[in-house]
Amino acid sequence: MAKKQQTWELRLYVAGKTPKSVLALRNLEKYCETHLKGQYKIEVIDLLVQPQLAEGDQIFAIPTLVRKVPEPIRKIIGDLSNEAKVLVGLNIRPVKKES
Amino acid sequence: MLHSLPKVRTGITGLDEITLGGIPRGRPTLICGGPGCGKTLVSIEFIVKGATEFNEPGVFITFEEKAEDLIANVASLGFDLQKLQKNKKLKVDYVRIQRKEIEETGEYDLDGLFIRLGHAIDSIKAKRVVLDTIENLFSGLSNEGILRAELRRLFMWLKEKGVTAVITGEQGEGKLTRHGLEEYVSDCVILLDHRVVNQISTRRLRIVKYRGSLHGTDEYPFLIDEEGITVLPVTSLKLDRSVSLERISTGIASLDEMFSGRGFYRGSSVLISGMAGTGKTSIAACLIQEACTQKERCLFFAFEEPPAQIIRNMKSISLDLETPVKKGLLEFHSARPALYGLELHLSTIYKVVRQFKPTMVVLDPISNLISVGLINEVNSMLLRLIDFLQGQGITVIMTSLTDVLEERVNEGVSSLVDTWISIKEIEANGERNKFLYVRKSRGIKHSNQVRELIISDTGLELAEIYLGPSGILVGSARKERKLQKLTGKELKNQELREDIARRRQEDGIPHKARQRRGK
Repeated sequence: MAKKQQTWELRLYVAGKTPKSVLALRNLEKYCETHLKGQYKIEVIDLLVQPQLAEGDQIFAIPTLVRKVPEPIRKIIGDLSNEAKVLVGLNIRPVKKES
Repeated sequence: MLHSLPKVRTGITGLDEITLGGIPRGRPTLICGGPGCGKTLVSIEFIVKGATEFNEPGVFITFEEKAEDLIANVASLGFDLQKLQKNKKLKVDYVRIQRKEIEETGEYDLDGLFIRLGHAIDSIKAKRVVLDTIENLFSGLSNEGILRAELRRLFMWLKEKGVTAVITGEQGEGKLTRHGLEEYVSDCVILLDHRVVNQISTRRLRIVKYRGSLHGTDEYPFLIDEEGITVLPVTSLKLDRSVSLERISTGIASLDEMFSGRGFYRGSSVLISGMAGTGKTSIAACLIQEACTQKERCLFFAFEEPPAQIIRNMKSISLDLETPVKKGLLEFHSARPALYGLELHLSTIYKVVRQFKPTMVVLDPISNLISVGLINEVNSMLLRLIDFLQGQGITVIMTSLTDVLEERVNEGVSSLVDTWISIKEIEANGERNKFLYVRKSRGIKHSNQVRELIISDTGLELAEIYLGPSGILVGSARKERKLQKLTGKELKNQELREDIARRRQEDGIPHKARQRRGK
C-alpha cells in the first residue's frame, strides 16, 4: 500500500502464436486491466524470433510470465487460466496492494 | 557381416572399447547412477573430447550446477571449458529450475527449453548434446503428465536434429532412473556405480543395454583423476600381441646360465616370488641395473620402500641405481598400496608408463596390493596391467612375497607370467640359506637345478654347485667344501714345492731326468 505508484513490468515469453500463448496473453491482459489498471507494462517476447533471450530469464517452459518489477522476480508458467493462482503468483492482491 | 550401427566415439579411454566403437550416433544415450557416481564428469568428458578431438562441438545443458561452478569443477580434470566456449566449440547453458520461483497455471509446454537448446545447437553447429540432469524438471514442475509428454517429444526432437545426446539420470529405487527416463531413452543405457568395499571405493561402469550393437556386458572399473575418466576393460586381453625373440640378460651371469645362458625374452613377464628377505628386490634391482646399462628406460614402482631407501640399500650390494636415475633412464614411483584403491594404482601406472615409455617395468611387490583389494580383484588388476604392459612390448618384472596366505596371488598370476623365479629360504644346520630355482620359463630351456643365491657386498650370484656325499652342498658346508678344494690344491702345491726344494738342496743341481727317490 506504500508504493501505489509502482509500475508493474511483466514479460510474457511465447513461442509463436500458439493457442496457449494467445490464451495466456489474453488472460494476462484481462487480470491486469482488472487489478493493476494503469500500473502495468506487458512485453511479449517471441522466442522463435529472439531465441537468445530465453537464457537470460531462465525460460524453459512456454508460455512463461515473468514479473520483472517489482522485485523479486517471479515466474508463472502455463496459459494463466487460473486467475487466483496468477494473482497469488504475481503477488497481486485484488485490492491492488503489495505485500 | 552385421550391418553396424553408426557410432560416435566418446573419447573416454576404455569406454569406446567396451562399446565397440562408441555410443549410437544421432541418438540419445542414458547415463544413470547414484549421486556422486560421476555422471556429470562422464558426460562432460564426452562433450569436451568431442570438441577437442573429434571436431564435434557440443552443448552442455546443466540443470544442476551453475555454468561457472561446472567450469570450476571440471578444471580439476584439465578441461578448459572457458577456452572451448570462446572458440565456439562448446556451449554451457544452465537451466535453473526453482520450484519456489515458479507457479504453474494451466497448460504449458517446454518449447522454451527446445528453443534454448536449438539455439545453442545452431549457434555452434553442435553435434553433441548433454542434458544433465534432465530429471530436475520433475522436481521443479508438478505436472508430470505434461513433462512426460514433453520429454518424449524432446528425445524425438533430438533425434531429428541428428545430434548425439547424452542424458543423465539419478538412479531410483529398483529402477535405473528415479523417473523412468529409460523408458524414453532406450537405445543405449550406461549404469555407473560407486561402491565402497572394505573401505576402498571403486567406481564401476556397466552397459545395461545397447540396442543394435554388441557390447561388453561386465562391470568395468573406471577412474576419475586429473586427466579425466579411464574405463578399464578387464577382458580386453586379446592374446594377439606380437612377441619378441630378443633375449635380455638378467645382469647376473649365473642366473642367465639358468636360462640357457641368455636370460629371458624381451617383453615377457617375470615373477620373482619368495619369502621375506630372500632378495626379491635385489634381483629386480639387478635386472634394472643391467637394463639401464644397455641404455634402456626403466620404471620402478615401489609399494614398500621409498626410492631413496632402495637406492641406498642396493648400493650396499654394489648395485648402482643412482646413476641411471640421474641419467633419466630410471624413474622410481613409490606409493603405499593403501594410499588409494587398486584402480587408481592401475591408472597411475598406466599414465606413468605412457609418459615415460619404458622398456622394463618393475612392480615391487605385487603381493602388497592385496592389502587394498580382494584377491580376485587384485588378480584382475594384475591381469590388466600385465596385458597392458606386454601389449606395448614392455618387460614386466614383479616381485611377490610368498606366504601361506598369499600363495593364492601367485597362483592367479602364475598363468599370466612367462617366467617364474622362486626363492626359498631353508634353515638347516643352524643357518638359513637362500635357494633360487626357475619354476617355469615359457619357451626357454631352463635349468632344473636349485641354486644357492648369495647376496654379498659385491652383488648377487648363484653359487657354484658343490656336490657332497648327500647332494648339493650349501651355506657353510659349501664354503667348507670350496675351501677344502682350494686348500687341497694349495696343500698339494705346497707339498710339491717343498719336494722340489728338498731335492735341489740335496743335489745342488736340478735335474729333470733324476730318478725319484722314495722317502
